[in-house]
Amino acid sequence: MGTIRVTDLEGVTHTVEAEPGRSVMELIYDAGLPIKAACFGCCSCSTCHVYVDPEWLDKLPPPGPDEEDILDMTAEPRDTSRLSCQITYNDALDGLHVTLAEDTRPD
Amino acid sequence: MHEEPGTTVHDTDMIIVGAGPVGIFAVFEAGLLNMQCDLIDALDRPGGQCTELYPDKPIYDIPGVPVCTGQALIDNLLKQAEPFSPRFHLSQVAERLEADGERWRVTTSAGTVLRAPNVVIAAGGGSFVPKKVPLPGAEALEGRSLFYAVRRQADFAGKRLVIAGGGDSALDWTLALQPQAERLTLVHRRDAFRAAPDSVEKMRRLVEAGAMDLVIGQISALHADGTRLEAVSVRGSDGERRIECDALLAFYGLTMKLGPIADWGLELKNNLIAVDTEKFETNRRGVFAIGDICTYPGKLKLILSGFHEAALMCQQAYRYAFGKDPAFRYTTSSSELHKKLGV
Repeated sequence: MGTIRVTDLEGVTHTVEAEPGRSVMELIYDAGLPIKAACFGCCSCSTCHVYVDPEWLDKLPPPGPDEEDILDMTAEPRDTSRLSCQITYNDALDGLHVTLAEDTRPD
Repeated sequence: MHEEPGTTVHDTDMIIVGAGPVGIFAVFEAGLLNMQCDLIDALDRPGGQCTELYPDKPIYDIPGVPVCTGQALIDNLLKQAEPFSPRFHLSQVAERLEADGERWRVTTSAGTVLRAPNVVIAAGGGSFVPKKVPLPGAEALEGRSLFYAVRRQADFAGKRLVIAGGGDSALDWTLALQPQAERLTLVHRRDAFRAAPDSVEKMRRLVEAGAMDLVIGQISALHADGTRLEAVSVRGSDGERRIECDALLAFYGLTMKLGPIADWGLELKNNLIAVDTEKFETNRRGVFAIGDICTYPGKLKLILSGFHEAALMCQQAYRYAFGKDPAFRYTTSSSELHKKLGV
């Protein structure tokens, strides 16, 4: 068990417990942080969009074609954009820092 | 209540807001109890999230169906509901809910007026609406020189257009509007498109022929004189550039919003509609909520939970429609139900 750091839309950074094998979206959701995650992991909706701390970007496998298609629909894509539902946590990601994008704002 | 002259009011037994899996199954349950249903949906076809978000993805937790795709589930639910001739009012949003004596009246964005003793909100995560351009000044331009849909193609003739997006809508409108536009520029985040390969190929040929432009980057600013767009800035890997234009058409896909339902006087909890677990009725008599949009202690957002909620809701809806308790019958054994099902 490790932790990840999540900066919310108000700029507050939370430390969240992280269990290997779970998606970063699920970790954020289970921690009770506000994240819309409308399709809840189907890689269909862009409402779990996060910006990954540049220091961590290279440690992640690159987005697949499905994820790239959905990133096209995000409000403000950047080079560090990822869908948190497509990042599976493992021990090598202990300390990973992501920032919630505007797309994640619940209604 | 005042009425627009010439408004036709369609009477029915149940108005269902949302034509997703749960709304469609409610047609079946209501049909077994002799209730006619009318469904309203913002999308142009039934299916909701199943067909809009994950048509080809597998679902494993429908009882008795080990695996099926979102599209297959909807196709089967529509087939199951067919004997009860549901009426679909598509590409329109349920806007107003008003009391009409003992009944309810729902008016849609297309001007359709439905009246029934029962209104069932099966709106899932809300209605699908186009994603907006998240830039300062965008709202003031909307409908004037910034568009999320094309109503009349002729409005764009002879204009300098910027189209943003990489899906089928962006590419289809690029190809449709390019011949009549003075100049057309397609702006997309990356040099790969999720649109149909054939459309992408056609677009690339137009670019090669110099008949249109393709710019890889992100729209970073809108430049306008009042409500008239003059140019957009596009930020790409090679810096920022300015594209002079008369109109911007943005096709960034759809997102779900609760929309006008939020103003229907219903008790909400975290943007979900609070119901009881016997009748799935809201705080307003005859207005029900089922599926992902309803909440109660222990609620799970599962399609199967929505099916259960639909069946129980119909028991109470029947009382409002016919003023008596429904008789309980099994589809396996009831000759009366067999007749309704045409089996």
